[in-house]
Amino acid sequence: MIHANEVTKRYGDAVVVDCLSVTIPKGGITSIIGPNGAGKSTLLSMLARLLKMDGGSVTVGGLDVTATASDVIARRLAILRQDNHLSARLTVRDLVTFGRFPYSRGRPTLEDKAHVERALAYLDLGALADRYLDELSGGQRQRAFVAMVLCQDTDYVLLDEPLNNLDMKHAQSMMKTLRRATRDFGKTVVLVLHDINFASWYSDFVVAMKGGRLAAAGTVDEVIREDMLREIYGMDIHVHEVAGRRIALYYE
Amino acid sequence: MRALLLAVLVMLVLACVSLLVGVTHMPVWAMLSGYDDGHAARILAISRIPRTLALVLAGASMAIAGLIMQMMIRNRFAEPTTSGTVEAASLGLLVVTIMAPELPVMGKMLAAAAFALAGTLLFVQLLRLVPLRDPLMVPLLGIMLGGVIHAVATFIAYRFDLLQSLLAWTMGDFSGVLRGRYELLWVGGLLAAVAWIAADRFTVAGLGRDFTTNLGLNYKRVLALGLVIVSMVTSAVIVTVGMIPFLGLIVPNVVSLTVGDNMRRAVPWVAVLGAIFVLSCDILGRIIRAPYEIPLGTVVGVVGSAMFLWLVLRKRSHAA
Amino acid sequence: MLPDRNARPRAVLLLLAALAVGAGVAFMTLGAKGNWDFVLKFRGLKLAGLVLVAWAIALSTVLFQTVTNNRILTPALMGFDALYILIQTTLVALLGTAAVAMLDHNSVFALNVVAMALFSGLLFRWLFAGEERSLHLLVLAGIIFGVFFKSLSSLMQRLLDPNEFMVLQDSFFASFNRIDATLLGVSAAIIAAVSAFVIPMLPRLDVLALGRPMAISLGLNYRREVSLVLVAVALLVSASTALVGPVTFFGLLVASLAHAMVGNARHAVLIPAAVLLSVIFLVGGQTILERVFGFDTALSVIIEFVGGIAFIILIVRGAVR
Repeated sequence: MIHANEVTKRYGDAVVVDCLSVTIPKGGITSIIGPNGAGKSTLLSMLARLLKMDGGSVTVGGLDVTATASDVIARRLAILRQDNHLSARLTVRDLVTFGRFPYSRGRPTLEDKAHVERALAYLDLGALADRYLDELSGGQRQRAFVAMVLCQDTDYVLLDEPLNNLDMKHAQSMMKTLRRATRDFGKTVVLVLHDINFASWYSDFVVAMKGGRLAAAGTVDEVIREDMLREIYGMDIHVHEVAGRRIALYYE
Repeated sequence: MRALLLAVLVMLVLACVSLLVGVTHMPVWAMLSGYDDGHAARILAISRIPRTLALVLAGASMAIAGLIMQMMIRNRFAEPTTSGTVEAASLGLLVVTIMAPELPVMGKMLAAAAFALAGTLLFVQLLRLVPLRDPLMVPLLGIMLGGVIHAVATFIAYRFDLLQSLLAWTMGDFSGVLRGRYELLWVGGLLAAVAWIAADRFTVAGLGRDFTTNLGLNYKRVLALGLVIVSMVTSAVIVTVGMIPFLGLIVPNVVSLTVGDNMRRAVPWVAVLGAIFVLSCDILGRIIRAPYEIPLGTVVGVVGSAMFLWLVLRKRSHAA
Repeated sequence: MLPDRNARPRAVLLLLAALAVGAGVAFMTLGAKGNWDFVLKFRGLKLAGLVLVAWAIALSTVLFQTVTNNRILTPALMGFDALYILIQTTLVALLGTAAVAMLDHNSVFALNVVAMALFSGLLFRWLFAGEERSLHLLVLAGIIFGVFFKSLSSLMQRLLDPNEFMVLQDSFFASFNRIDATLLGVSAAIIAAVSAFVIPMLPRLDVLALGRPMAISLGLNYRREVSLVLVAVALLVSASTALVGPVTFFGLLVASLAHAMVGNARHAVLIPAAVLLSVIFLVGGQTILERVFGFDTALSVIIEFVGGIAFIILIVRGAVR
């Protein structure tokens, strides 16, 4: 369980996240949705201790993220941000091996190496393992980063817009992989998503933000509703049932 | 308009102060008391008046050169010291000093101006190669290009034992200004006046090539005129008193913050504030450690870089 | 790890080590005449100085680029060495020339180093550890900080002693010919201590190179690590600046070449490669210029020239993001 309690972030006079409290359940996929500037990525960064809070607290599985030693958190929670530009030239396997750093402090054991191979196989990166990251396509590189995060073997995995720059095929396979990971290993995956239909289709739980505050939190059926979405996005959005799931249409 | 008149008044007051401050005490006082044998008047005519005029001319024209540069390069942080112009001019001066030492000062200045123009054009070409996503890249590239040109100049100067001269050109110092040795700066003043007349063209060119062509102006010709003025002014200042760092950057930026970017309105402000800035720095340099003098370049280096830092770090939204 | 991936770096390191030794031997023996005892002792001191400077510059540059997660910033470009000179001048201004003359050389140096570590730590933590800033902003700010520190120290030196202008002007140019021999021992101790401190850090440096978010996600105490590395950099820059004066572009050249040659980012390989390259260029370059061409103070100028062009190429090729 991730619990945010009255979390606040300010930049000068601008309040980006405003005294927000929310509880993200353990297990399954939770999506954070909301319009631009709602504070989604800022919230995610604070949940993962990347950004200092100006007020409030966050616990992950009972541990206070700012009070607990960083390397203890690193075995409990992993985060991947949006743009991962590396100045270092690394192979895919090098990168994934860094996922074991919280355990072996840079001297991987045989067990660590087995973890690495498993993560590579899980994301179907076996053939690309010795290629350099800058030789890969955007979709392949994103998979490599996700493999690293999974290799970190944490209960909680936080991803900031993991579908950014992916085409439909790669986006679909990314979401399927993440869903599989929650089923196979009981992980809790928290995502920031822009496309509410991806959120609707794959999520178990949805957190909606607007203007730095919590707009709604609940199951897909509770949040992906016409009245809720109008409230959150300030536009008319029609919700249809397709194959038993909710799909939002907002093109006209 | 009234504010501008006030600024001119401040400039005149500072100019008077500049006439009175110096190693030899208050010549005017001596003249007024009738106690003078013409010595004070001579100092006034030979040293103080030329020095004050040189300060006003150099300050005004360098500030305007910076303003033109910012319009032509379309970047807030462009000026002769951040575009390789100054270093190219001193390289030119070095080369002409070695190859034709007897050339009159005017000829040397023209040679330096030719080098300055070539260096600036090289900089403009270099900018075309770079995908410009970040406006800060422009001064960065310019400073680096200047560094490379300066390294060449240092190497040559070292071989020909001219390091002292090179140092003098890069370090503004008005203590050596005497009658007969500063008149070249009038060229700079004249060019500044030309800039005022052509101000509208520069404003238009500052909005871009397509915009300029759309209004029926020849973009290339305006650009060439602007760069020639900048090169000539820079060379005239370097030949007579040496470089005044960051002046062309700070003054136009401060003016732009207050009166905006229409060049016709900005030019007189830039000229007057440039003169005020240089006058005050020079006076400061003369009194801070009297009877010794701190060269203007040193004083401006401290004040100018501090202000440049403020401009760059002040807000993250400054992107020019 | 696959065998072939370690073989290449190892071969590169061996080759570089051989070249470095070769450069050292050439420096000691080429064109030597007369009394060998004297020649070896005289040149030995100079060689030791050059190697120390090369070591300090290479190590400090790689460390700095790793914690700032980029390939074009170097301590010298950020005005570190200008800051050192400013602190030196301030110290003289505060204590007075006479007092400084009475203290022995090494304790003045130690005082300088402590102040330097303190100030650069504060300044660069303010610049880097806060919100993320654009890289170009940092480089530009660094360069202007350099100009600011330099102007401020020449102003102070003017105020202190308006007559001796040329003395201070000298301290702004690097000179590999006039290494301050009295400081060799202290500098060697500093550089050795920092190097010993860095060795156990190597795996953590690999993680730091991934950037702030990933380093934190992987459990590093980011602020602490960055502060430690910046202090180490300040110590190294103090040592090299005290020995020869400021060298702007050399570190950039050496670090870029090291990255290109070893092709992978493990610091256990990268740092030795950069140090060896640095020794080869500095000792080899000085040997060639001094013994073959008979130029004596030109090396620093040539480094500025080549380094500046390398910098422009790095920018134009878009290596800077």
